[in-house]
Amino acid sequence: MTLWWILDLVLLLVVLPVVIYLLNGVLKEAKGIVPSINRISTAAAAGSKDLDAVPLLLTTQDQVRQTVALVADYGGSLNTILDDA
Amino acid sequence: MPAPGVLLIITVVLIVLALVYYLVSTIVALKQITDGLDDTIASVVEIIEKSTPVNEVVVDINTNLDVAVGALEGLLVKKAGMVDAIGLVEGLYPGAGATGFREHGTTKAPRISEVYTRGTLTLARLGREAPVAVLSPNGPALRNAAYGSAASRKLYPANRPQRSPVIGTDSPIQYEASDADSSAV
Repeated sequence: MTLWWILDLVLLLVVLPVVIYLLNGVLKEAKGIVPSINRISTAAAAGSKDLDAVPLLLTTQDQVRQTVALVADYGGSLNTILDDA
Repeated sequence: MPAPGVLLIITVVLIVLALVYYLVSTIVALKQITDGLDDTIASVVEIIEKSTPVNEVVVDINTNLDVAVGALEGLLVKKAGMVDAIGLVEGLYPGAGATGFREHGTTKAPRISEVYTRGTLTLARLGREAPVAVLSPNGPALRNAAYGSAASRKLYPANRPQRSPVIGTDSPIQYEASDADSSAV
C-alpha cells in the first residue's frame, strides 16, 4: 500500500509538473513564431507589390533604345557639321 | 476502490488533460504558422516571377546607355579636344573632371575662364543662370529673370544677328561641303 502512495505522489508532484513545464515550453515557442511569420508575410507581400512597376521597365527599355538611336543620329550630324579639334 | 487507486486515476486524468490542452494549443499555433508560411511563399513566388526579366532588361538598358555615353564622350573629345572637353565637364560639374571619361580617361582640367569664350562660358553656366534656378538650393540665380534679355544681349554687344540662320537644302549657306565624306555620318 505504501508503494502505491509513493507512486501516486511521484506522479502528482514530479511527472505532472514536468509534463506541464515541457509542453508549456513547446507551446510558448510555437506561439512566438506566429508574429514573426506574420511580419515576414507582410514584408513579402509589400515587396511583391513594389515590383508591380517592373513591366514599366520594358517601356523604359524601348524608350532608351529610341533615345540612343536619336542621339546617334544627332551625333552623326554634329560629327559632320562641326570641325574637329 | 482503495484511496491510492483513486488518486492514481485522478493523476493520470490530470496528465492526459494537460497533454490534450497543450498539444491542441500547439497544433493551433502550428496551423497559424503554416498558413502564414503559405502566404509568404505565395508572395515570394510572385517576387521571383516579377523580377525574372529585370536583369535582362536592365543589362540591355545599361548596354544601350553605355554605347550612347561612349559615343557622346568620343564626339566631345573629337570636336573639342581632350583638354577642352575635360574643362567643359569640370565647368559644368565641378569635380567631375577628375573622374574623366570612360574610354579617354582624364587630364588636368584647364581654368575655364582662360580657355573658353564668353558664349561658351555662358552656355556652361546656363544651369545656374536659368530662371528656374531661382529655387536652386545652391544659392540665388545668377541671371535676373525679370531683365533676362539684357544678359542675352551682352552675348552680341556689337552686331546681334537679325534672324536665325536659314537651314535646309535651299539655304544660302550649305553647312556640309559637296565633297564631304559621307561615310563619317
